[in-house]
Amino acid sequence: MKYAYYPGCSLHATAAEFDTSTKAVCSKLGVELQEIPDWNCCGASSAHNTSHFLASAIPGRNLILAEKLGLDVASPCAACYQRLKVADHQMKHDDQLRQKMTEITGHNYQGKSQVKNVVDVIVENFDLNKVTKSLNKLKVVCYYGCLMVRPGKLTGIDNPENPQTMDQILEKLGAEVIQWPYKAECCGGSLPIYDADVSIKLVWDILRVARDSGAQAIVTACPLCMSNLDMRQAAVEKKYGEKFNLPVLYFTELVGLALGVPPQGLGLTDKHFVEPMDCLRSQKVV
Amino acid sequence: MREVSVSHLQAKNDGYVRKIEEESGQKVSQCYQCGKCSGGCPMSFAMDYPPNQIMRMLQVGLLDEVLNSTTIWVCASCLTCSSRCPRGIDIAQVMDNLRILATKQGNTAKGKNALIFHDVFLNSVKNNGRLYELGLAMQVNLKTGNLLKDAELGLPMFLKGKLKLLPHKIKGTDEINKIFAAAKQMEAE
Repeated sequence: MKYAYYPGCSLHATAAEFDTSTKAVCSKLGVELQEIPDWNCCGASSAHNTSHFLASAIPGRNLILAEKLGLDVASPCAACYQRLKVADHQMKHDDQLRQKMTEITGHNYQGKSQVKNVVDVIVENFDLNKVTKSLNKLKVVCYYGCLMVRPGKLTGIDNPENPQTMDQILEKLGAEVIQWPYKAECCGGSLPIYDADVSIKLVWDILRVARDSGAQAIVTACPLCMSNLDMRQAAVEKKYGEKFNLPVLYFTELVGLALGVPPQGLGLTDKHFVEPMDCLRSQKVV
Repeated sequence: MREVSVSHLQAKNDGYVRKIEEESGQKVSQCYQCGKCSGGCPMSFAMDYPPNQIMRMLQVGLLDEVLNSTTIWVCASCLTCSSRCPRGIDIAQVMDNLRILATKQGNTAKGKNALIFHDVFLNSVKNNGRLYELGLAMQVNLKTGNLLKDAELGLPMFLKGKLKLLPHKIKGTDEINKIFAAAKQMEAE
């Protein structure tokens, strides 16, 4: 299978290891990723907070570029994924928007390319015969957050209140996946960047519930969740006087290990703020 | 809360509330106050009015209170309310429209930092076509006056290869500029 790859801005910077591990996993599974040429930012929350038109027009340009390639879109970042899904829906149903985009880009959007989350791409193309390493009962909680889950009718998630996609595959790969109540709670998204005093409490809540559920690590598929849970974990520990030292891993990093990709090829050895290698070694996953 | 004449307020603000309903495509009038949105809202602890109260306030025309509330700015757009509403109201979409209206009307005191963030973010997209994360962080800090916010993260991010020092400019910035121009034109209409 071949997909139009939409990395989004984070995967070229703060979420570099998500990019590396996504490419490594897809390569192992024989999934070809062709980066959308000259893609632009999805506009994220700033566009939909500012203008109804910008919210769909900015990501809409990427959908038009993908449709020209004639490929379905694979989007790793949950925030980009949601914005692309909303834009696809709007461009199909809002005539004024579609007309404007045709005027601007010279391409009349048909909605032929399906937008897929990388988790779904991996699940759909997974081949258990390619697994070379067990995740060895590593205790994890899967954290889906908001953006790959809601709105459920657009994201296509299996169950918006209790999603299972990542849980099921990690279980098959040998992890001990713990069911917990904070799977689809919010980490604050971009709020901690400009309003940390208030919103960082959400991160604290998630870390506490994950630890109390018995998790050795949190698994995510969202760069915003990763930066809040991993990069801001030290700030939470300082503010609330509680030590967590709870590694946060991208879904693709764990799947990559199971497919025999070395940790260095997944970003596990040098990209995380909470060092994950000790935890992975203690469980003999690496 | 001050004493108000509901019938007077409704007459005065009915047009605005209808406009919010029209622009958001959401029937605020359908809310029957079950409170499910507020029960699930992760940010309600920091709000002056929980989401269900905002819906009720809109129904009775308390528009000034809504537009000057903390609520609309601390909403994280997580969509928990929208996905659970038994009346099918996309409450988070209404919050988007309320923020846009508050900004237009200059009710921005409580949304200062949020608006600086969105402004800097979109300017980066407008100029480069992509977000320049380092530039965003530095400009937001400068403009909000929190010069050292997240400063402790800068060096480790750089050492981990997670910071791009220079922005990447796409070739299609003319199309991006046209998108922004069209948005501006629509706003004016």
